[in-house]
Amino acid sequence: MSAPLLEVDDLHITLQSDGKVFNAAEQVSFRIGRGEAFGLVGESGCGKSITALAVMGLLRRPLAVGRGRIVLDGEEIQHASAARWRELRGSRVGMIFQEPMTALNPLSPVGRQIAEMFVLHQNASWSEAMDRAEDALRQVQVPSPERRIKDYPHQLSGGMRQRVMIAIALACQPALLIADEPTTALDVTVQAEIIDLMTGLCAAKGTAILMISHDLGLVANMCRRVAVMYAGRIVESQPAEAIFATPRHPYTRGLVDSLPRLGERAKRGRQRLREIAGVVPSITAFPAGCRFNPRCPEATDTCRSTAPQVTRLPDGFVRCHHHG
Amino acid sequence: MAEPLLQVDDLAVHFLVGSALKGGIRTLKAVDGVRLDVKPGECLGLVGESGCGKSTLALSIMGLVPPTRGRISLGGREISNQDRMERARQVQMVFQDPYASLNPRQTVRRTLADPLSLHGVTSRTERDHRVMDMLTKVGLRPDHADRYPHEFSGGQRQRIGIARALILQPRLVICDEPVSALDVSIRAQIINLLLELKDEMGLAYILISHDLGVVEHVSDRVAVMYLGRIVEQGSWQEIFEDPRHPYTRALIAAIPDPFHRADARVARAKAHGEIASALNPPPGCHFNPRCPMKAERCLVEAPTLEPVADGHRAACHFRDSTG
Repeated sequence: MSAPLLEVDDLHITLQSDGKVFNAAEQVSFRIGRGEAFGLVGESGCGKSITALAVMGLLRRPLAVGRGRIVLDGEEIQHASAARWRELRGSRVGMIFQEPMTALNPLSPVGRQIAEMFVLHQNASWSEAMDRAEDALRQVQVPSPERRIKDYPHQLSGGMRQRVMIAIALACQPALLIADEPTTALDVTVQAEIIDLMTGLCAAKGTAILMISHDLGLVANMCRRVAVMYAGRIVESQPAEAIFATPRHPYTRGLVDSLPRLGERAKRGRQRLREIAGVVPSITAFPAGCRFNPRCPEATDTCRSTAPQVTRLPDGFVRCHHHG
Repeated sequence: MAEPLLQVDDLAVHFLVGSALKGGIRTLKAVDGVRLDVKPGECLGLVGESGCGKSTLALSIMGLVPPTRGRISLGGREISNQDRMERARQVQMVFQDPYASLNPRQTVRRTLADPLSLHGVTSRTERDHRVMDMLTKVGLRPDHADRYPHEFSGGQRQRIGIARALILQPRLVICDEPVSALDVSIRAQIINLLLELKDEMGLAYILISHDLGVVEHVSDRVAVMYLGRIVEQGSWQEIFEDPRHPYTRALIAAIPDPFHRADARVARAKAHGEIASALNPPPGCHFNPRCPMKAERCLVEAPTLEPVADGHRAACHFRDSTG
């Protein structure tokens, strides 16, 4: 196997609160190959978004990178300087956030915000950069880009704003695009279009994607491999089809079973949904042992006392005492 | 056939927006000629994207937004002739965000007992008894009664929201996106609870949601709205197994499909472009700019809701061609 584009190895992210230090994420390890789409799935507070921020060098206090390494293209970047991060962000790594209105500058026309990428990272002149910004808008299928480059973010719809974000993120042809819940704020039919656009452009340019979402179906649909996070740890990582067909961790199995799936009722009649008991634990009170144990139907004394180690699977891994 | 519990007839809700000095006053047709009914004990799923008018429709059924035209009657009587108290005993609402819809300064007991005292339950023991009974019904413990909303998790707060809606024993409950603000692993608990309570208390629901998986699971009948109008209506099987409006098909095609069950027909059904503004909807069929089946006729002539089969109606000129 050739060297991966991104390797996250045993990453720990710490949270300081009231003089105490908590691990908001720990032992996070995954690799993304060149041009590969990789999904990180989990509920709010599981640590998926801060993992993405760490890969972008955007963690700010009270969050910080603890132990572990982040390697991009052979370069260790977890403790890179602010200047190096500014070079990397935009040119090597692009990012799309959930709410485009808060990620875009409301006081600057969108064309200028795209053009800035070419000026900062590729030493283009402003006039050349504006021409290229218009092309970039055309590529993300914004109608009449020659007029739209002069628009301010508030003049665009949610879907159009997210297209502008994609144009900015992909402007310098980065090797990796990080998309953190890119369509959660959008309507379903618009979501489908944005996902198609994003995956299509990345496939054409050979850009790898780190897709972060709470929607297992969405991620499994567009990514080759998927990792599921729960309470700060990756509990399972498998190819997308296997996550649904043969989930190995009780949490993943619970998630797959608990969602009403379109077409199920017609086939099998209305079945009572399988519930996952209990609630998601908070960062300051993660349970001892396996963090899923209070909600797990199969928990034993071992699960309550000892944190499970990773068990290798043919193409992935699972972190559970009983499902190795 | 049972007498409908709720009848909405040719309902329109228009808002005037803008100002006479800046560009003139324009009419926003949030709901434009909607007809539907809900029978006792039935769940009607109401599907559509933001701005389609589903929440305005819910608010006018609650009597919170006066209709511009048309009639809404509950239990055979028009709601404009009923006073607020009478309406509150028949129809209640569960909101999307359990963090925002509970009063942070009231204990659960007060949130649940206040409606009872307002509606004439004067005996304190009876109020207490009914509060405890309701807490148990929604899966909370009696000792939760003296806690404040911030002491609960999101799922528990939604249970409180449901308890508040049911404490007056209404016959119709409008659930507006009841699970979309909750963590994914909590949603099944709330969906199961809503279904249990429906059977146990003989409730009718209007379930507003954009999550088609949930709508298919819970609903008996489904109505699909687009820009203020109902574009298709039918039983859950008809809507999900034999959709006739291209917008319904586009909604189904937009659901991520990890099993690749989709065939070419579904891929073709995807909608393009964005939802038009309700201030300036396209002429003819409102869906025509995004429709893969658009023809000349769709640009000029607005289709009306016509029967496809008994109880299944679609507002499309091509409702009989399966695409």
